[in-house]
Amino acid sequence: MDAKTTTQPRHLSLEESYAYDRKTLDYIRKAAAHGLYEIRGMGAKRKLPNFDDLVFLGASMSRYALEGYREKCATKTVLGTRFAKKPVELEIPITIAGMSFGALSANVKEALGRAATEVGTSTTTGDGGMTSEERQSSKTLVYQCLPSRYGFNPDDLRRADAIEVVIGQGAKPGGGGMLLGQKVSARVAGMRTLPAGVDQRSACRHPDWTGPDDLAIKIQELREMTDWEKPIYVKVGATRTFNDVKLAVHAGADVVVVDGMQGGTAATQTCFIEHIGIPTLAALRQAVEALEDLDMKGKVHLIISGGVRSGPDVAKALAMGADAVAIGQGVMIALGCNGDAYYQDGKRVSALEDYAALGAAPGYCHHCHTGQCPVGITTQDEILEQRLEPAVGAKHLKNYLKTLNMELTTIARACGKQNVHHLEKEDLVALTLEAAAMANVPLAGTNWIPGSEGK
Amino acid sequence: MENLTFDLAQTKVSALNHYLHHDAPGKGAHKITVINPDGAHNIAVGLDAPVEVEVIVHAGYYAGGMNKRARVVIKGSAGTGVGENMMSGVVHVQGFASNGAGASAHGGLLIIDGDAGLRCGISLKGGDIVVGGSVGSFSAFMAQAGRMVICGDAGDALGDSLYEATLYVKGGIRSLGADARVEPMAEADIAIVADLLKQAGLEHDPGAFKKVASKRELYHWNADANQEY
Repeated sequence: MDAKTTTQPRHLSLEESYAYDRKTLDYIRKAAAHGLYEIRGMGAKRKLPNFDDLVFLGASMSRYALEGYREKCATKTVLGTRFAKKPVELEIPITIAGMSFGALSANVKEALGRAATEVGTSTTTGDGGMTSEERQSSKTLVYQCLPSRYGFNPDDLRRADAIEVVIGQGAKPGGGGMLLGQKVSARVAGMRTLPAGVDQRSACRHPDWTGPDDLAIKIQELREMTDWEKPIYVKVGATRTFNDVKLAVHAGADVVVVDGMQGGTAATQTCFIEHIGIPTLAALRQAVEALEDLDMKGKVHLIISGGVRSGPDVAKALAMGADAVAIGQGVMIALGCNGDAYYQDGKRVSALEDYAALGAAPGYCHHCHTGQCPVGITTQDEILEQRLEPAVGAKHLKNYLKTLNMELTTIARACGKQNVHHLEKEDLVALTLEAAAMANVPLAGTNWIPGSEGK
Repeated sequence: MENLTFDLAQTKVSALNHYLHHDAPGKGAHKITVINPDGAHNIAVGLDAPVEVEVIVHAGYYAGGMNKRARVVIKGSAGTGVGENMMSGVVHVQGFASNGAGASAHGGLLIIDGDAGLRCGISLKGGDIVVGGSVGSFSAFMAQAGRMVICGDAGDALGDSLYEATLYVKGGIRSLGADARVEPMAEADIAIVADLLKQAGLEHDPGAFKKVASKRELYHWNADANQEY
């Protein structure tokens, strides 16, 4: 008998475990190799309910649409009218989120200021203080007061247009800032009063107040400092958002900024980014309900951030009740983050080799923490930072912001609104059960809002 | 005009601060006396002029906050965050100070004749603090630069996560925080303590102080540290 004719082909077993998939195996091996948690940049990468899970009900028989190309649709946005003598007036409801000099290069901060000024919106400082580049290039600059108080001083406070007291950040509610030694250059260290090259782990709690009652006095101090002129924002990472927003209002905020868990970071533990905080969609709904509960909607303004990427995202955020949005990661991507090339003297130059040297690739890169950004954005390296030319960056960012604003007004007109701030929750339905429950809007084709029974 | 009195029983703190910001730097009074503060918060914050403000008697939170150039004297006690984030000048509390005194001060001199509460000198960034009495726990937490002279005792976790600030303590230290250690006093340290005591008008033997500074072991990630801090 011929053995060859009777042997069965060998079965190759490739049944992947759901719990111990390749990502998990990789995580365990890395932990075993290093004995240290992973630190990375950008925001949550896991699949989360988001604005894509909502759609607009455009006008038809029961609503009257506006002509997309002819009829005006206002985008003007005023923030901070509650107590401030000089509220912030913006041409569009799309602002640039707080990102530090240190995390970003001085060139990038200048590009942000230029683009924001051209489209009539605001930029925001970050942990590490205000640079002269961003003050000079930004018409409207929001000055953050953070737990670390790095570089915080009364002169910059007085030359800011608004003040943002940062309690937390969506990527890491409950955590302080982090800037690894390779980005703590002489200039960054000098601004932060730190030895150059230290792994800077900044405080997670403010040094001179502990609870909301103290914060109320702290906010009064900032108002006294600036003769009650400047709006005071309070920024929270999204967790117990309903209560946090109410407490921020109680503490005297003019504007509350809520940053959902998709919000980015320049360096944070992955366990923080992926496992602490709630999605932006859920946080926005709670923030609006908190303001409505206090009858403060429209009196205290709401800025939402964390994964706002597109014009439709902005429109949905406004429809759900936000007065404005703040964008960080989208702004960086517009500047060239995760792109395969950078522009130098008008020419495209490939960055692929530098991505490879980092162990990353365009489209996947989250290596902001290394300071070796291949396209020169999240770096303090004197050579790398030249890869982002402020004029080029500003042009791309201006285009991005203009596009978002055009999409926003297109959607608003389609819904019959002459002002983007007239978009309302009744214009939205959800495509998934999760989004319907979180955003508190009906599942498309039904009147059903999960969780609304008996209310 | 040399002297001016603000009666906070009659006038709002905002009016006082507005005067100190806009009128005092020019032809206004160079000495301002504040009476009946009744523990009001935010007295004399954000000054940027070589004026003297005397508060009779007790002040609330953040008195002399973010001060530049001015001399703010509180004849009684001060609430949380006195002299917080000051840049220059002098804030002098003749009574006791509450929590977070001199928090994140970048410069200037904070003098507290009595005791200070928790977290005195937290996040200190270059300012000097002299405390005639004792300080509470977590004082000089994450202090980055500047000097603290403590004539009494220090509570728990003194100098936790200290950077380049230097602490001098005459009395006992209940415990040191992570990464803080006692170092020998050098001649230069004795001179620093003597100078700061003199500026504060306090009489102690500079040689009787201990020095606390950073071990600098937390400056960089260390996977082998086993979270023993």
